Amino acid sequence: MTSSGPPVIETRGLTKCYGEVSVLQDCSISFEAGSIHALLGANGAGKSTLVRMLAGLVTPSNGEMRFAERAYAPANKRAAERAGVEIIQQELNLIPTLSVAENLLLTRLPANLGVIDWHELYERAGKALARVGLTELSPSKRLGELGVGTQQMVEIAAALDRDCRVLILDEPTAALSPSESETLFGWLERLRKQGVAILYISHRLDEVKRLADRVSVLRDGRLVGTYDASGFTTERMVELMSGGVDSSQAQEPDVRPLDEALFQVFSIVGGPVHDVSFEVHRGECLGIAGLVGSGRTELLRLIFGADRASSGEVAIGEKRCRFQHPREAVQAGLAMVTEDRKVNGLLLSKSIRVNTTLASMWRRFSQWGITRASNEKAETQAQCHSMEVRCNDDEQIVATLSGGNQQKVAIAKWLVRDAELFLFDEPTRGIDIAARRRIYGLLRTLAEQGKGMVVVSSDTDELMEICDRIAVMSNGRLVETFARGEWSAERITQACFSGYLDQEDVA
Amino acid sequence: MTKHLMGSFIQYAGLLVVLGVLIAVFGLSSKNFFQTATLVSIANQIPDLTFIAVGMTLVLVVAGIDLSVGSVLALSSAVLGVLMVDHDWPLWAAIVPCLLTGTLCGLFNGMVAIRFGIPSFIVTLGMLEIARGTTKVVTESKTKYIGSAVEGLGEPLPGILLSPAFLLALMCVVAGQFLLTRTVFGRYCIAIGTNEEAVRMSGIRTAPYSIAVFTISGLMCGLAGLAHTSRLSSSDPNAATGIELSAIAACVIGGTSLMGGRGSVFSSFVGVLIISVLQTGLAQLGISDANKQIITGAVIVVAVLLDKLRNNASE
Repeated sequence: MTSSGPPVIETRGLTKCYGEVSVLQDCSISFEAGSIHALLGANGAGKSTLVRMLAGLVTPSNGEMRFAERAYAPANKRAAERAGVEIIQQELNLIPTLSVAENLLLTRLPANLGVIDWHELYERAGKALARVGLTELSPSKRLGELGVGTQQMVEIAAALDRDCRVLILDEPTAALSPSESETLFGWLERLRKQGVAILYISHRLDEVKRLADRVSVLRDGRLVGTYDASGFTTERMVELMSGGVDSSQAQEPDVRPLDEALFQVFSIVGGPVHDVSFEVHRGECLGIAGLVGSGRTELLRLIFGADRASSGEVAIGEKRCRFQHPREAVQAGLAMVTEDRKVNGLLLSKSIRVNTTLASMWRRFSQWGITRASNEKAETQAQCHSMEVRCNDDEQIVATLSGGNQQKVAIAKWLVRDAELFLFDEPTRGIDIAARRRIYGLLRTLAEQGKGMVVVSSDTDELMEICDRIAVMSNGRLVETFARGEWSAERITQACFSGYLDQEDVA
Repeated sequence: MTKHLMGSFIQYAGLLVVLGVLIAVFGLSSKNFFQTATLVSIANQIPDLTFIAVGMTLVLVVAGIDLSVGSVLALSSAVLGVLMVDHDWPLWAAIVPCLLTGTLCGLFNGMVAIRFGIPSFIVTLGMLEIARGTTKVVTESKTKYIGSAVEGLGEPLPGILLSPAFLLALMCVVAGQFLLTRTVFGRYCIAIGTNEEAVRMSGIRTAPYSIAVFTISGLMCGLAGLAHTSRLSSSDPNAATGIELSAIAACVIGGTSLMGGRGSVFSSFVGVLIISVLQTGLAQLGISDANKQIITGAVIVVAVLLDKLRNNASE
């Protein structure tokens, strides 16, 4: 039964735009019953957007979807589930305080006059669990007591119990141990035989190679092509994802001589980050590339003292230490522009002035604890001018600014405080091209002033444009560092995936 | 900038209009309302609630809440009463342990809530019971009658008709507003209430600010205890039960957000005035306690509703 049947679900010219930015363009793919179809692509290639549209989580801007040869436009996740399309995402959609059985049948609890029929519930839950081989698991057990892998299997069991015909798995093995992954693969094989169409997204190319019947590669929101998996090497996958030939991106061959080391990290460990060391020189911009979930953000947070490192040290100048609180890092001369400015970068409901001066109130804008409003005002206006923040005045509420202008304010906060080393986490995400240009200009200015910079970005082209060196994180480790002139999009992408290729050795 | 000024003007204007309307309505419906005696009586009832509301505003601004204020007020008052009645301490000496009691209760609230990450709602609910129980233990559940030794603070000064306690409360309002709007401390309190994680990621330790705010609230309870004792000439172990709700109501009427990050001590003071005028005016009209409660409750909800509508309109 492994021969591929007619397409169960297909897309024609599917497009998704947010404002002017399109994240998926003109994508036409078909997925067959009884086959495992892998979707590959680097960060931002559009894979998640594609499957989220199929699962009713995102509405397409253009194009159509067809399910069993009929027009298909699910209004929401429930509608997609009723049609037979189930998605399992990295963040599980389960309630840890309820029992396994309740989670399995949450939307269809058997009940008489609103009173749950527990006997019926446990019996049906037991059958659903048996389908995925979880025969030892008691349906009355509280879900929160289970391991992540088992929880994921429960979610898959729930999907199958709803008679799904299309099962979408977005990075299913990211949280699983190797043995849990093996169990999952066993079940995927079985589902394939039962005629379920499986869409599989993973960074782990070896898994893809092992499991998939067909492989579709996406790049920059476009479908590169769909290929038969047999005879498709991981090298070829990387080549297609990174764009292959146009690797000679070294348009600016100005390899600058490195100045003295400003900042060093010695074997830092914590959370998903394993034993990372690097150094940043004065006037240097070090890029950090890596897939989402490779530990890039966590690395910056550990360095900055926002999370506690379990071992390792950093050194700015001569002194070695480990920061326990961002305050210590800031006092030592570090600054960090966070990834999500709305969550932890800005006071959204406050003015530009309050945000700009936040980190420097004691230092620069007060005397005996009393604020000096005129100094604040002057400095904020100067920053708005030099950063080209488009605003009415310095009292404008930050929430009312555009994303790009918000980001400029988040950066201005640190320019006012001043620092020796600036950590930027996704500094240009979700902002328009003009603001992006302004931020690149600022990075150059900081370099000329002899500051050090670390820039995490999912946009490899951006890193190649602005950085002097690019370090690549993969699976929690810093796997390779390229100097300007050594790198190519392909080599960086290859390095990004390298940590996931032989997971057994790493784990 | 003009928009900003206009905004804060409208904020105060709205509240003052409500207060003015209340005073006008009561003045027209009762002959006695505009008599000096009435106004003096209102003015001298206000200090307890004003002290509490100043502290409560700061606590609400950092997105906390202090439910223990009534009990801590009673405990401070009890300490004063026991020392003066049973141990014959003079007033000036007994004031120090009285204020210290309130301050330490506040410090305890802050330390436990912040250091252990327990919601302040729960910690201060615990303190509400602990302080009230302790009050009953130290007073053996008896009212301590102090008499004239303590009355001076609550009696109108000749010429200005306002008591020293009222003047002190006004000073606390001015100081509280200054702290909140003109100092780095106040700025960081507002910032913490808005987005604590963003403040932490800006390299600022948030715990000392939050703990200090709860400590200030405790100190204000001590002062309120002093004012309360002087007004009644005695310390009553059951004093000020439920005052936390009046204080929260006053703050909320004044536009302080229970979600933190937004508040004004001046506005809370106007909220205190509105509640006090309402209480006295309704009493003078001979309205029953039951109906007074209904009307007061309705005024609180309507005031907050108006505030919400105004905010939505301005956004």
